[in-house]
Amino acid sequence: MSARSVFDGAVFMSSEMKLQEDFKRDSHPDKVNLAGREYVGEHGHTTWLPLVRKIKQQIATDPTLTPEYPPILGIPEFTRRATELALGKDSPAIVESRVFGVQTVGCTGAVRLGAELLRSCCCSNSSWSGPILLSSPCDDSLLGTFKAAGIEDVQHYRYWDAESNGVCVENMVHDLENAPERSVVVLFASGHSPTGAELSQEDWKRLAEVMVTHQLFPFFLMSAQGLCSGSLKQDAWPVRHCVSLGLELLCAQSFSHNFGLYGERVGHLLCVLKQNLLAVQSQAEKLVQTLWSCPPMEGARVVTTVLNNPAHLVEWQESVKAIAERCMLIRERLRERLRLLGGPWHWDHIIKPGGLYCCFGLNTQQVEFLVQKKHIYVLPNGCLNVSAINSRNLDYVAESIHQALSSQL
Amino acid sequence: MSIFGEVPQAAPVAVFKLTADFREDQNPSKVNLGVGAYRTDECQPWVLPVVRKVEKMIADDHSLNHEYLPILGLPEFRSSASKIALGADSPAIKENRVGAVQCLGGTGALKIGAEFLRRWYNGTDNTKTPVYVSAPTWENHNAVFSNAGFEEIRPYKYWDAGKRGLDLEGFLGDLESAPDHSIFVLHACAHNPTGTDPTQDQWKQIADVMKRKSLFAFFDSAYQGFASGNLDKDAWAVRYFVSQGFELFCAQSFSKNFGLYNERVGNLTVVAEDQDNLNRVLSQMEKIVRITWSNPPSQGARLVAITLNTPELFAEWKDNVKTMADRVLLMRAQLKEKLKALGTPGTWEHITEQIGMFSFTGLNPKQVEYMVKEKHIYLMASGRINMCGLTTKNIDYVAESIHEAVTTVQ
Repeated sequence: MSARSVFDGAVFMSSEMKLQEDFKRDSHPDKVNLAGREYVGEHGHTTWLPLVRKIKQQIATDPTLTPEYPPILGIPEFTRRATELALGKDSPAIVESRVFGVQTVGCTGAVRLGAELLRSCCCSNSSWSGPILLSSPCDDSLLGTFKAAGIEDVQHYRYWDAESNGVCVENMVHDLENAPERSVVVLFASGHSPTGAELSQEDWKRLAEVMVTHQLFPFFLMSAQGLCSGSLKQDAWPVRHCVSLGLELLCAQSFSHNFGLYGERVGHLLCVLKQNLLAVQSQAEKLVQTLWSCPPMEGARVVTTVLNNPAHLVEWQESVKAIAERCMLIRERLRERLRLLGGPWHWDHIIKPGGLYCCFGLNTQQVEFLVQKKHIYVLPNGCLNVSAINSRNLDYVAESIHQALSSQL
Repeated sequence: MSIFGEVPQAAPVAVFKLTADFREDQNPSKVNLGVGAYRTDECQPWVLPVVRKVEKMIADDHSLNHEYLPILGLPEFRSSASKIALGADSPAIKENRVGAVQCLGGTGALKIGAEFLRRWYNGTDNTKTPVYVSAPTWENHNAVFSNAGFEEIRPYKYWDAGKRGLDLEGFLGDLESAPDHSIFVLHACAHNPTGTDPTQDQWKQIADVMKRKSLFAFFDSAYQGFASGNLDKDAWAVRYFVSQGFELFCAQSFSKNFGLYNERVGNLTVVAEDQDNLNRVLSQMEKIVRITWSNPPSQGARLVAITLNTPELFAEWKDNVKTMADRVLLMRAQLKEKLKALGTPGTWEHITEQIGMFSFTGLNPKQVEYMVKEKHIYLMASGRINMCGLTTKNIDYVAESIHEAVTTVQ
């Protein structure tokens, strides 16, 4: 064997987790990690709901559960409940049997599968060839997922607007109106990552109309249903509204945040179609086999157990609401602190959306200042995970953000 | 016009269709010799006793954190799983040039390995690099590599139907004629579907050619421990290649040997020239994982890691594995005896010569159809049977049915 490695050509790729690793290594006593992907409680770490813990123990000692290969598309009960959760039990799509679901490996798995399905349409007899429209900004990994599935034509629509620290709906509508017909538009039903910026129901109505008129195909991401407004129904409203208008759509759901099941990778891909359902489902099966063959059971079993049981369902909804309320409370407190610190800025954009993420529209130097000088780790653009702000670090975080903004005036 | 309006119906996967047909069959004598999953003598799935124990430990452990696992997976799982493949005292491990990625079962490991190779093996852009898979092979190999972007998936000669054994000459010939740097998917042990493995001597010949032509060895190891009952024995081929200085991938599955089919526990072991190359490889694999499933699931990996890293549990597991392997060996021996006793035409030595879960019986498609339709015994059209589907209660019926098929159907 020659001494030269066959992997010689592989370039070193800096880890996405570098920021997290830097945080771990940072020994500064006041360090705060606002760049994490999980919801953390007041104590600073992730928790399980007592209900989830109890169900896991039941599963571990249940002699009737077998370790068999699950169906390729996942547990049927799970996909049924996940579909009902997203669309509402009485959704016309469900009643008319125009929907199928696939249990996936987290939300990423759902997006990847959806992307592969779309790509396979390009390659079959279909005349469709793209594009996919992503929001600007969007997570690198989201873009990467579509590219990896082989979709070349990826474009962006304007979403986050630095001027207003929110969404500029006019720009978004304009970009969608000018997109090619049959473009696929990736939209966050709620809880946009990384900005957290939201649209009102009126905004959604407008966008949905554009999509109907221009034959655009929505691909929704719903990564934290219930966590944004506190209401499962409200957070899913954009998806349900599009379905009620007769739009076909895909929806990638995650149960990581709203069940605290991060490690278990529980996701779901929902497909609402007008026709050809069985054929598309068979293609989904074929694609799943090239990705992970069939999905892992543990987390999906927990979710199914909860969603199947009315008492569990109530308990779970309460806990989701509590998380949403805590996030809202933190936002209000942060806004209040910042307001008291003075300055020309407005802070309403902090409390307008709900959920985990919030964006301050910071530039690179300001972000660097926060990370290097204040040991407060935030995402690019000054997006941050509000759940990691607690009574112990609130003042420090508020003062530091204030400093970051002041220093650049 | 709907984007999905013209999507064609995909053909159902043969092995799952077989199981579906089996389920619907009302005949009381029906036997399922299709899907590759272990069954007890009562024809039930088996939760390994050690698995039950560790499952409960995990559920009762309140100190576990519930965050996403690292993208590359649980560190203690990855390292212990690689040790299982390469041996705890592997020189390559000592030289810090072995790494791993926790994946979604064996399929996931193949996927990540394939995606990496297509992008970074031997330079970059390997869409045209030929990938060779055995003829026959696990039916999903082709699809995984094809979907990863490889345009040329070719068969290499493997099974000699005439002599019911390995076609070594054909295999070596295809190795010789393959373009240098081609990728070869090798079954580490217990070849699926033939149950026929190269001998140690034959592996040496294969390795010789591969080294000379710089062919890449991508091992698929789904049955370690299951083939002979001994983990080290089953890993001989992989370890031999490492000792010969090969850089290689080994896609490991813990579905069969841990009975954890449903938790998708796999590991892609990477052996590189040196630590620097290894680090660059892993950094790129992390990126690939991030856009495929982001982070792997924790349950199965925790379970396996605890088992492999705790001496008493490790011993108990090896014992459980031997139990499964021994039952398969028993069924092989008994089936051969019964066919011989019945005077079934042909030789049946291959039933005990073949290794692992599967046996390539040699039944032709017509005979297979007879077995399925007339006798309600479900096996693959290739003549492959899962030995685990045999029990002391059904083995007479199966042997008699094979006898009938061979004597009455040409």
